[in-house]
Amino acid sequence: MNAVSLQVARSRTRLARLGFPLRAAPIPQGVAPPTNRRSLGANYDTEWARRYPARVARAAIVEGVMRPVMAVIADPTVVGLDRLDEVKGPIVFAANHHSHADTPLLMTSIPEPWRHQLVVAAAADYFFASRFGGALSALAIGAVPVDRTKVSRSSGDRIAELIAGGWSLLIYPEGGRSPDGWGQEFRGGAAYLAIRCGIPVVPIHVAGTGQILRKGRTLPRRSKTTVAFGTPMTAGSGESARAFNSRLEAAVTGLADETATDWWVARRRAFAGTSPGLTGPEVNAWRRAWALGDQNGRTRRRRRRWPDL
Amino acid sequence: MSNGQHPAPRPGFVLDVDRTTPPILFHHGAGFRLEKLPAGRSRVIYPAEPLAGLDDPEGAIRDALLNPLGDSAPLPALLHPGMKLTIAFDDISLPLPPMRRPDIRQRVIEAVLDLAAEAGVDDVHLIAALAIHRRMTEDELRHTVGDRVYDAFAPKGLLYNLDAEDPDGMVVLGETPHGEDVHFCRRAAESDLVVYVNINLVSMDGGHKSTATGLAGYTGLRHHHNVHTLRNSKSLMDRENSALHASNWRMGSVIRDAGVKIFQIETTVNNDTFGRDGPLALLQKREWEWTGRDRAQFLAMKTGLDVLPGTARRKIFDGWRAPYQMTSVQAGEVEAVHEVTTANVYAQQLVPVEGQTDILTMGLPYICPYNVNSIMNPILVMCLGLGYFFNLYRGRPLVREGGVVIMSHPTPWEFHPVHHPSYIDFFEQVLADTTDPIEIESRYEKQFAEDEWYIHLYRTSYAYHGVHPFYMWYWGSHALEHLGRVIIVGGDPAAVRRLGFQAASTLPDALEMASDVVGPQPTITHMKNPPLLMADVT
Repeated sequence: MNAVSLQVARSRTRLARLGFPLRAAPIPQGVAPPTNRRSLGANYDTEWARRYPARVARAAIVEGVMRPVMAVIADPTVVGLDRLDEVKGPIVFAANHHSHADTPLLMTSIPEPWRHQLVVAAAADYFFASRFGGALSALAIGAVPVDRTKVSRSSGDRIAELIAGGWSLLIYPEGGRSPDGWGQEFRGGAAYLAIRCGIPVVPIHVAGTGQILRKGRTLPRRSKTTVAFGTPMTAGSGESARAFNSRLEAAVTGLADETATDWWVARRRAFAGTSPGLTGPEVNAWRRAWALGDQNGRTRRRRRRWPDL
Repeated sequence: MSNGQHPAPRPGFVLDVDRTTPPILFHHGAGFRLEKLPAGRSRVIYPAEPLAGLDDPEGAIRDALLNPLGDSAPLPALLHPGMKLTIAFDDISLPLPPMRRPDIRQRVIEAVLDLAAEAGVDDVHLIAALAIHRRMTEDELRHTVGDRVYDAFAPKGLLYNLDAEDPDGMVVLGETPHGEDVHFCRRAAESDLVVYVNINLVSMDGGHKSTATGLAGYTGLRHHHNVHTLRNSKSLMDRENSALHASNWRMGSVIRDAGVKIFQIETTVNNDTFGRDGPLALLQKREWEWTGRDRAQFLAMKTGLDVLPGTARRKIFDGWRAPYQMTSVQAGEVEAVHEVTTANVYAQQLVPVEGQTDILTMGLPYICPYNVNSIMNPILVMCLGLGYFFNLYRGRPLVREGGVVIMSHPTPWEFHPVHHPSYIDFFEQVLADTTDPIEIESRYEKQFAEDEWYIHLYRTSYAYHGVHPFYMWYWGSHALEHLGRVIIVGGDPAAVRRLGFQAASTLPDALEMASDVVGPQPTITHMKNPPLLMADVT
């Protein structure tokens, strides 16, 4: 045993000699020790981040940092805001998810009065895995933890309480960023919460953020983006969350088509059931990548210097 | 219908002026005047307050399309794959001022296209039914139909302005029993269905006039846009007593008999022209209800406007977008639809008035249907005052025969060279020669209407058709025949003289000048307009 280890052991012994309350009281025999309740992950308490000082700080971050950064790297075109004209009260904003750039882009695109009373459903296992990461997420984007690894009622209950208190929710029904550039099947959380709370869902399609910071990249690059807001949707009477979720996914698919083509083409294809899907063809990986086309701009076409004779 | 945010709107009423009555706000182009009216013999007609808008406009539109009026099937039943669908819509002249986004036409057109998409309709054209008005710019079209519709159709050439001088694009469908040619857009005539999307700002709009006038050119318009018809339209805002509308209705029958199927969608708006709050809200308040803040705001605004150059004043007002709300929407067969629409317009605008007076005063605002984003030239001043405001009556004119109209407007000798090229020549050549509508019609109309340069500018630039200033003059021909004198307060004397009217510096001067015609101590009616009102004179 070296000198340092010896010193540590002596210190522990001295501490052990000190009694309560200078040290924790020992657990009496025969009493079950209290469970060590983790305060990270889905249990992280974000209530502080919705108090006034944190909201002011977040507004400053959104307007002072995110907006100029997004203007430079994302050059966003926002369409369809007129569709929100008639909506009042809290909304569930449900968007497709390609990149970490989605959240700042949406937080600067969602209009008032929702922008500054917005919480973002964030993966508990990713954003709230550490105290620092959790605090930063809660402060900067108003993140609230959502458990995506197991079925749990607590996340839903917590968000329903927030909605009842006037907060709107931004949620990515795909459950995480796209792994390969194509969308993923929607999970039912957004539809469930909208039905449970009796509020509308606004489908949103975000295009172009995959090129800025796709999953697996650490440094962003500039790209043009489009944020398309769809018509607010409410569940029909007796409509199940599953059916409503399917409609929601179809609406985002329609918006994607509208962004790629135009509104009229998208509407016709939506009614004909021929809108190009968000999730891409069900083929192997390289063919899915191939089907995405040249979206990352790596392939450069050579400029023709001379006309064809 | 009530949205629960505002107390029930008060109806319009007539205020008898006494010594306690405050000075009354007169619009004066892109400015204002406060005028004290003589006590004991003057009255002011105030418009009704804005009716509540529909709570769910989208739902109401869809409901109207699925439950049409008259002898018409629901719109989805009229749509099928392989058909030719034409959607025509009112142009920039409606509503006034242009409304805030989303424009009603955007809402309606998107609902119609949604049903067409559901039915698998591929062949769709959208046409701004502007007849011989100037073409709409891209910005104006975007504002009207929305970016979604514009981006989907305009780049492919499927959304465009009517070209009523395109020999291949127009067709004569037939003749009415009165020998009137029915000139019509060929694409609409050859379509399986024409959906017309209208905004009925005043009772003159809509009905068969939407298509028989909006989708026609000079060949058809000359049969009802003439002095004889307009002098016999008493008034042109009252369809039952309007020769203009009778002619359009005859043409509507010919269009129907030619096999053109029209699905008419008409909407009405409230008269919330200047908003319930904001910088112009005081313009639709009654003077004695102005708060201290309103008064301070008015003084600041008036002082500011008085020192600004005309261009800057115009720019400020041209930027105003009215917060109109839709009060009704109905669709289906043209006449059944228009019946309900007219009743809804009257519900907002009609104010009962008893008897006529010797003098009618009016403050003319900065805008009329033909100078949106443009200049209100002297001919348009005449048209707005004598063509539109004078005719905003049902029953009898507000002023007795041989009486005097006193209008307030700066009437600058100023024209928009792109929008109104033929107006310049009309003002310089025709009005310098005569102001008699009959003589103008017989001697000059054909020459201007068929002028190749004006036709070229109408088709390729943003110019009103060569004959348009004539129609403006004819629009006022009923008033010119009815009145003993027209006086313009604050008008440019040279321009006013050219119009054949008299200029006065102040309202008391104008009243003094009027007494030459109507005698001393004349009775006076002031029409406080806008927000729009229509007098129901008994």
